[in-house]
Amino acid sequence: MSGPPVSSMDIRTFRLDQEVADSGRVVSRRRFIAVAGAVVITASTSPRVTLAEALGSKLPGALPEGTRTEALLDALPGKKPLIKLSYRPPNYETPIEYFRTSITPNDAFFVRYHLSDIPEVDAAAWTVAVGGEGATGQIELTLDDLQKMPSVEVVAVNQCSGNRRGLFQPHVPGVEWGYGAMGCARWKGVRLKDVLDKIGLKKEAIEIVFNGADGPVLPQTPDFIKSIPVWKALEDSTLIAYEMNGQALPHFNGFPARIVVPGWTGTYWVKHVTSIKAVTKPETGFWMNPAYRIPVGKFPLVTRSFTSQETTANVPITEMVVNSLITSHVEGASVKAGAAVNIGGIAWDAGYGVSTVDLSTDRGRTWQRAKLGEDLGRFAFRPFSYSFTPRKKGGQIVMARAANKIGQTQTTELILNPAGYHHNVIQSLALNVT
Amino acid sequence: MVRISSVALFASLFAITAMAGEEPIQLKQVTGLDKVETNCGGCHSLDYVIMNSPFPTGGIWEAEVNKMIKAFGAPIAEPDAKVILDYLKENYGR
Repeated sequence: MSGPPVSSMDIRTFRLDQEVADSGRVVSRRRFIAVAGAVVITASTSPRVTLAEALGSKLPGALPEGTRTEALLDALPGKKPLIKLSYRPPNYETPIEYFRTSITPNDAFFVRYHLSDIPEVDAAAWTVAVGGEGATGQIELTLDDLQKMPSVEVVAVNQCSGNRRGLFQPHVPGVEWGYGAMGCARWKGVRLKDVLDKIGLKKEAIEIVFNGADGPVLPQTPDFIKSIPVWKALEDSTLIAYEMNGQALPHFNGFPARIVVPGWTGTYWVKHVTSIKAVTKPETGFWMNPAYRIPVGKFPLVTRSFTSQETTANVPITEMVVNSLITSHVEGASVKAGAAVNIGGIAWDAGYGVSTVDLSTDRGRTWQRAKLGEDLGRFAFRPFSYSFTPRKKGGQIVMARAANKIGQTQTTELILNPAGYHHNVIQSLALNVT
Repeated sequence: MVRISSVALFASLFAITAMAGEEPIQLKQVTGLDKVETNCGGCHSLDYVIMNSPFPTGGIWEAEVNKMIKAFGAPIAEPDAKVILDYLKENYGR
């Protein structure tokens, strides 16, 4: 889509660097501010290629019409071209082709921010302050301090709560994600538990609260602050991670260190973490309530696990629901009649472990078991594959349905909820048999 | 203080915070666009509007504008808020 040309350009760009001294840490805040006078900003001279133009039918047809016209392939610094949904704050999803392996490459890993002030953190100056009124002590750790502690690795899926929001019918406002607001990486760092051991938790401590270096443009906008219950913070798999797939975290995925909460949706995986506090009262900020809530009783299979944040009406979203995605073929892909078609994809859940993936080629009447691939751990993408031979030319629907070890399965009907979370409806992929 | 001065820019100027690499988003050029660009474009790129269209009813757009003001503290004067809402409902709603 090349927008209509508009009037002359008069944009002066200022870069403002700010040294912020905040509880002993120094972070360089970099802001790009373009101030246009009394004129209208012009469209770029190079025409933008929308995703609909670049990929044709690859963009899910169920997305809102506006999303389909506006989404485009765009590369953030250090990233491959991803599906741009919004520039600022940057929200970019991973194209399906990168989910053909269990590990999602760092430069193709999705990007999700709520707020637009995203500093480039200087690793040498970065520290994380650990303390809070629910702790008996406090400590400030540098990246070097963390790297000298015993390290652990976990392969885990980081999935946005609102992944597939764009597929909700009726549509729900928000970032209109397709299938790619997720990724699976090998995270390396220190156990959060080991860091909390250094400060000591009071027995009254109920939540651990995280803040990162990113923040709002306006001081009155609620900063992105998230908490998890103490029991989850003390799990062996919950990390402060400083490596992702053997490399430093990409800037847009939380450099130099982020919280990793395997099994739980991405909202708790605070990026650029600078503050970790133990508290004896529930965190009350906007991003804990009313944001990131699911109605009570809507998802009966999900463990109620964050009691300090529950109300009679709603509970925080926590565990991911069991899900799968066919990645070998895109919607509308052509296959040959009479020739074997190898369907491949990935399945995941909250860490109970994927037990089975079944496929159907007769619109759900019968189901056949797919073969599961390499197991990189209970929090990882689990590959699956299934081969069948389509006989008739024309449309061919392939459905995939994952189940996990506690008996949860994907749903046949969308469970509507106000914020558009937990979309795990069984996928129906249309192939074109020629 | 950068944060303070950016608030001042909001109040007095047509101010847009942009990330490197961000391309301008062209919304429909009809009455009210100036208020949308001035008031909304400071905190987020305007592709949010197109992305969230054309499905919102008037009630959904109203809830969104109210959220920006009440939850996120957007300093939008009431007459401007009405212009913005009318613009969104008329051009990006149903």
